[in-house]
Amino acid sequence: MRIWLGLVCLGLWGAALWAQGGGVTPQELLKPLKEQWPTYNGDYSGRRYSLLKEVNTATVKNLSLAWMIRLTPGMPQAGGGGGRGRFAPPSTAKRIVGGEGTGDLQLGGGTIKASVLMVDGTLYFSMPDNAWAVDARDGRELWHYYWKTKGGTHIGNRGLAMWNNYLYMETPDNYLVSLEAKTGKERWHKPIADLEQGYFSTPAPVVAGNHVLVGTGNDIDSPGFLQSFDPETGELQWKTYMVPMKKGDPGLETWASLDAARHGGGQTWIPGAYDPETKLYIIGTGNPTPAYTTGKRGDGDNLYTCSLVALDVETGKIRWHYQTSPHDLHDYDSAQTPILADLPFNGKMRKLVMTAARNGYFFTLDRVTGERLVSAKYGMHTNWAKGLNRNGAPEHDPVKDPTVGGALVSPTAEGTVNWQPPAFSLDTGLFYVPEWNAFSIFYLTDLDPRGSMGLGGKEEVGVGSPGDYLSAIDYKTGKVVWRHRWYGMGGSGGLLATAGGLVFAGDGQSNFVAHDARTGKPLWHTRIGNISNAPQTYLLDGHQYVTVATGDTLWAFVLN
Amino acid sequence: MLAPAVLAQRSGGFVPGQKRPPGDPVEIARGKQVYGISCRSCHGADLRGGDMGGPNLLRSQLALADRAGELIVPVIQGSLARSGMPAIPMSPEDAKAVSAYVRSVMDTIGGQGKPPSEMAPPSILVGNAGEGEKFFGQKCAGCHAVTGDLRGIATRLADPKVLQNTWVAGVVRRGGFGTPRSTKPTLVTLTPKTGAKVEGKLVRMDAFQVTLELEDGTIRSFGRDGEAPRVEVKNPLQPHIDMLPQLTDQNMHDVTAYLVTIK
Ligand code: HEC
Ligand code: HEC
Repeated sequence: MRIWLGLVCLGLWGAALWAQGGGVTPQELLKPLKEQWPTYNGDYSGRRYSLLKEVNTATVKNLSLAWMIRLTPGMPQAGGGGGRGRFAPPSTAKRIVGGEGTGDLQLGGGTIKASVLMVDGTLYFSMPDNAWAVDARDGRELWHYYWKTKGGTHIGNRGLAMWNNYLYMETPDNYLVSLEAKTGKERWHKPIADLEQGYFSTPAPVVAGNHVLVGTGNDIDSPGFLQSFDPETGELQWKTYMVPMKKGDPGLETWASLDAARHGGGQTWIPGAYDPETKLYIIGTGNPTPAYTTGKRGDGDNLYTCSLVALDVETGKIRWHYQTSPHDLHDYDSAQTPILADLPFNGKMRKLVMTAARNGYFFTLDRVTGERLVSAKYGMHTNWAKGLNRNGAPEHDPVKDPTVGGALVSPTAEGTVNWQPPAFSLDTGLFYVPEWNAFSIFYLTDLDPRGSMGLGGKEEVGVGSPGDYLSAIDYKTGKVVWRHRWYGMGGSGGLLATAGGLVFAGDGQSNFVAHDARTGKPLWHTRIGNISNAPQTYLLDGHQYVTVATGDTLWAFVLN
Repeated sequence: MLAPAVLAQRSGGFVPGQKRPPGDPVEIARGKQVYGISCRSCHGADLRGGDMGGPNLLRSQLALADRAGELIVPVIQGSLARSGMPAIPMSPEDAKAVSAYVRSVMDTIGGQGKPPSEMAPPSILVGNAGEGEKFFGQKCAGCHAVTGDLRGIATRLADPKVLQNTWVAGVVRRGGFGTPRSTKPTLVTLTPKTGAKVEGKLVRMDAFQVTLELEDGTIRSFGRDGEAPRVEVKNPLQPHIDMLPQLTDQNMHDVTAYLVTIK
């Protein structure tokens, strides 16, 4: 109730109240992506399609550096200052320390893979155990929050969520931490999973209505789940497992035993997309475990691993699912960002969800019902499946499973794409995604009939790549309309599309590139290092900024 | 799950940075003995599950979360009797000792949940050498000869797996993710719209420029503007890369079975 009154006030006073450090109202989160970037994908649709067009196919050639900042993660040192000693711009940033560890663990992860929130002139972003607020105009650090970890896999952190004046961050040792956006001061932290059981948390939380949606990860045969927390208090609202956990749970028939299901994985390590109309949060789930051996999993599909799962945000109930990799044996998580759009399909407007999966297949579904409309191979050399099953999902070809003699498979376990956010342009109707086509030989190394554990039991050896591309897929057919050849594994951080007719991507050769969204032709580039997060854009003082990260450095570009 | 290449950096056991108390060796030894008598038949000698229906304890959420027997001891005392784990009579000290033993084995779980007790990998030789020889004659003999450049290849690369990785990739490949690179240079020829061709060894290339090492050792870069200059790239591995999409696993296994005979 109190919160609702607050919103009304903001509405009444409008811009006058929005001094720097203003918050994100639930209404703000419902807008299509334009001036601000208030949630992981910019807006709920997952399209990463900005309506801004000051930077466009004609003007992009004048895009140039506004500022850059290099961040120093870890325990704040006196003086601080961006890792460049006395040559760094002076920093007066506030330092805040939290966490339940001892502060002496160095577990790496000093790379910005996060999406950067831009709200009211301030950028908020993260690395594992670290959060920052930075002035969006000049890249000046405003505060730095450091979390003393107890351990866990520090592979990345996908960013923060925001609700009113509060921020939310997940930590590798499985806490949900809430900060005051203005000061970086901690409000509370809540445990979200057990480190001892091998869980580690990398996702950006997503706020939908009165829910902070929180996923986690795990590599050692533990069940995946999605949780919802109260944004005000951090109270758990619901927890939904992605595998059957007890007798009678749907999907149990797709596992050989309850024990197998309960250790079956299906982690929720990449944020989903949200449809406010149907209140469905649609998320892609991770691989089944053990990842490379059938063992006690049985020959069934192993639901709801490697699936798109639509949950009711109010209750956490699963409304529908569509499995994009039944009985996966290559660690092809389906943890890719789904994209929502209302588009014509066979002469009718349909509410669609699309995904380009790690396994090299592209899918278009009806997002209200989960009905499959399109499935097609987009990986040029994808060869692990022998065709589509009765649901239109690729069916694994046993000779391409990890085998004793070795199976020559494309894509590698890294996938045709991995976690990197794709983009979709409402102007071109094209779905943009990195397409990696390398081959590996997958050897089965452990013949134990019980199967292996975690990601064990196989050896994978990379043997060559016929080429990687930035690819544009027609959502109506799943056909690749154009490919732009990269001289390296481009798209490493993900993609951005804009109404200026552009698609932004790294090219795997340290260039940050703007492409013509219709043809893929590069129109602008700058060589700043290997891109580590998805490019983003926002509007400030009437000017469109484009940001991207390379490791520990964040760059902002503007038309000069 | 996540990108495997990056995960390789993890330290220690399966939870990076986690410091479990080491445990008392005498208690662990006692627990191992008790385990052998009271648990092994159902949970297996390696704790990964046995013939008599006991589940894998190394991935048991309950056992993983146990710190000092507080979760495992009640199970031994019968808390899961209804679902198939009988109460097992023993002193509380022995029950705690078993739990200490279970925890000590958990400490040996590898990165990304790899089990501590993997079987020795089987021989990868599953193909037919005769078929492999035929295939070699058709598809490889144009560029290679077992009496020439590949003479003694199976002596040089004695591990059949390394031999297979190598002949598929076209360069010695002992293991690892990622794209193999030739040890020989990639040669590039640039043909400008006007003027002389330039040849050199590739340093790096993208859509915007090509950088070459010229014959005299100088490094020069050249801007690219669409088709100008025309760029011809000769990656020594290209014939092998071109082979990848066509090669069946059967062919691959057969050729390997053949090449291991070329000692
Ligand atoms: C007669 C076979 C049998 C013997 C002997 C046995 N167990 Fe079990 N155990 C089981 C079964 C079956 C379960 C699964 C029960 C369930 O699913 O609730 C189980 C479950 C467990 C679990 C819980 C696993 C989980 O994740 O829920 C633990 C811990 C355990 N056993 C430890 C032991 C120890 C320690 C011993 C020896 C002192 C032992 N067991 C002896 C059959 C056995
Ligand atoms: C069109 C020519 C061509 C064909 C056909 C070809 N190769 Fe090769 N192969 C090469 C070249 C060139 C290299 C050397 C690459 C380098 O050195 O980087 C090579 C490398 C190799 C190597 C590594 C040699 C070493 O000493 O490390 C092996 C083994 C090999 N090829 C086996 C085969 C087999 C088996 C086939 C048939 C299935 C085959 N090649 C087909 C051109 C070819």
